[in-house]
Amino acid sequence: MAFIPFFIAIPLGAAFLISLAGKRFRASSGPIACAASLFLLAASLAIVKPVLAHKTLVYRVGNWLPPFGIPMIVDSLTALMLVLAGIVVFFVTIYSIGYMKPYTDKWKYYTLLMLLVGGSNGVLLAGDIFNMFVFLEIASISVYALVAYGTEKHSLEGAFKYAVMSSIGSVFIFLGIAILYSYTSTLNMADMAAVLMQKGPGMIVPFVTTLFLVGFGLKAGLMPFHAWLPDAYSAAPATVPALSSGVLIKVLGLYAISRIVFNVFGINAEVSNILVILGSLSMVGGSILAFGQTKMKRLLGYSSISQVGYIAIGLGVGTPLALFGSIFYLLNHSLSKALLFLSAGAIEHSTGTDELGSIRGTCRRSPLAGWASLVGALSISGIPPLGGFWAKLIIIFACIQAGRPMLAFLMVLASIFTLIYYFKAFTGVLFGSESEKSRPFEKALSPHMALALFCLTALVVAAGLVLLPGKWQALINGAVGVLSGGRDYAIILFGAMR
Amino acid sequence: MTAYILCLVLFSIGLYCALRKRNVVKIIIGIGIMEYAANFLFVLIGYRSGGRSPIYANDQVIKSMVDPLPQAVVAVAIVLNLSVTLLLVAIAIKLYEKYGTFDITKINDLKG
Amino acid sequence: MADIAREHGMTVIVKTVTRLTLAFILLYGIYIALNGHISPGGGFVGGVIVALSFVHVMLAFGKEAALKRLHSKGLRLAVNIGALMFLYIVMMRFAWKFPAGRFIIEKMRPHEIFANEIILPLCELAIVGAGLFTVFIALVLLCKYEEKIEKEK
Repeated sequence: MAFIPFFIAIPLGAAFLISLAGKRFRASSGPIACAASLFLLAASLAIVKPVLAHKTLVYRVGNWLPPFGIPMIVDSLTALMLVLAGIVVFFVTIYSIGYMKPYTDKWKYYTLLMLLVGGSNGVLLAGDIFNMFVFLEIASISVYALVAYGTEKHSLEGAFKYAVMSSIGSVFIFLGIAILYSYTSTLNMADMAAVLMQKGPGMIVPFVTTLFLVGFGLKAGLMPFHAWLPDAYSAAPATVPALSSGVLIKVLGLYAISRIVFNVFGINAEVSNILVILGSLSMVGGSILAFGQTKMKRLLGYSSISQVGYIAIGLGVGTPLALFGSIFYLLNHSLSKALLFLSAGAIEHSTGTDELGSIRGTCRRSPLAGWASLVGALSISGIPPLGGFWAKLIIIFACIQAGRPMLAFLMVLASIFTLIYYFKAFTGVLFGSESEKSRPFEKALSPHMALALFCLTALVVAAGLVLLPGKWQALINGAVGVLSGGRDYAIILFGAMR
Repeated sequence: MTAYILCLVLFSIGLYCALRKRNVVKIIIGIGIMEYAANFLFVLIGYRSGGRSPIYANDQVIKSMVDPLPQAVVAVAIVLNLSVTLLLVAIAIKLYEKYGTFDITKINDLKG
Repeated sequence: MADIAREHGMTVIVKTVTRLTLAFILLYGIYIALNGHISPGGGFVGGVIVALSFVHVMLAFGKEAALKRLHSKGLRLAVNIGALMFLYIVMMRFAWKFPAGRFIIEKMRPHEIFANEIILPLCELAIVGAGLFTVFIALVLLCKYEEKIEKEK
């Protein structure tokens, strides 16, 4: 339990070590980053058992008592997302060692990567709302710089659009924190929940909820705020959208908004409705916009927008079964999307192009990348027995159970659209025969890339097994309990902190 | 009371500027104005009537002090917003090199 | 004509005043950083003011003269060592668990040197000041690169 600050200390230490040593010893930046992400993965797996036993672990920074001090809190939701982030970051780092060979100044990339990891871990661990904002900014700034990494024309344009929209979101969040502080006069989230339970919401809390929905929605890529996502994803090196879609959208957007709306404000009917509406808009809009795409990473970007809509609907419906479904879907989608982006990057590395029409016959030429793409696409489209099918089924059942058959119909429709556009895009790419426009597969995959793709494929296939009773299902159930318990978070926390 | 409303008006001016202007530099300035307005609001919230600066002085009689927490928070937030602005400006300089124009409607290669 | 004026900095008045006030600006920045625990300030704001002093030198004396004195390697070293000292202070909390760490604590007593009020703000100052000035240099050098391209055209 005393190693909770290591989740933030290790990536930040690795970032500055790489920055010191990376320019002189060029080959050392990759291994340092890999070692740091391995430590993080081991630490996040090690913290699962204490969390299952004690329900909530609290680490008080500097031993200041609440509400003056800044706590770092690990409960089941945090532990689950730490494991998820640890897995995705570890495999992306291994993949980067092979993928980043054509780029120069690799130490800058690894420094930014480690800062990104440190920032997102900080958001997960924060018990104090301003601490969460600072780490959110750290992670966001790192990812703006990472998207612009190649400094080609398109990377800069995508990075600029991403940076402008996302920093407008950050300013909205900061304004929300300011107004919330004026009402509750504390920045500690558990204390804020207790004060709001006493004082009642008044007129301030709906206003602040709107500000937070806009701000975190811009980070998460929900539908009216999605415009940066396809541009930023299509222009960046392939590991960046894998990290962003697998970790950042979930952590900075969905985790933060669910932590604040469920645990601090208390969910009520209006906010649920807004989440449901935004979610269904994202789901259907993302699928429809994905039809006309001709570039693979852009298609995957629109697919991300669509899947975030599913998770938002699950959060909005709010029954325990819906929350279970959406958290399980979050898990699945992170792993599958990371796999898809990494294999798209592998294909791009081999052929040199991103156009769907120019890539043919991947499963024959570069079988690992081809089969990895196939597994990822099947998981997201919802084909049994992979995990995505069970997750969608659970959310659809939960919608029908909650008395909203219209939502279930929309979800089935969006699933059909998803299946159609993945089928249309990937049959040619994976199984088609060579045509005149297709480019040959020149470079072979480096062993690091192959290892990462293989392990992630195995994990995506195994993700469906999480539903069987065991440690992981207990963890997800615990996470559902945290969210559906709502304001009990504050009461549990004050008990755990004293 | 008017001070708070003026802060929100300043925030809206910044938001309008960031959304509607075409020049890249003006967008960055608009985001800067929004950040300044948010910082202003936060510091204003800490004001207590009749308060003085929150520094202990053993030789003076202190009636009330303003809240020191917003000042610490804004000190951090200023530096964060500064880093974001610096990154945006660096990207804008490189954009001008590659595209040759500062007009955001012309920097539109990624379509669809 | 404009090029020559930009290369050699500003007028004599500005240069003389800069030479006189530079030490005071640095001192003011360090004062704000060290007094962060009893008055508004702390490492962040102090770092910004120290970076401003370097920027002042660069504006008054021109790019070449300033860059000769303040090496970019020293800046990177300052940023990284400042951040790693933070990490070291975190690690000190766990050092008593290991015999080697206990030895270091008892013999060399680093925790008395690393008092919370002095070293920590200086680390923050190093990070923020050096970081800001590095970015400023990067932007300035970008402009220089752009001028070179225009001249070549």
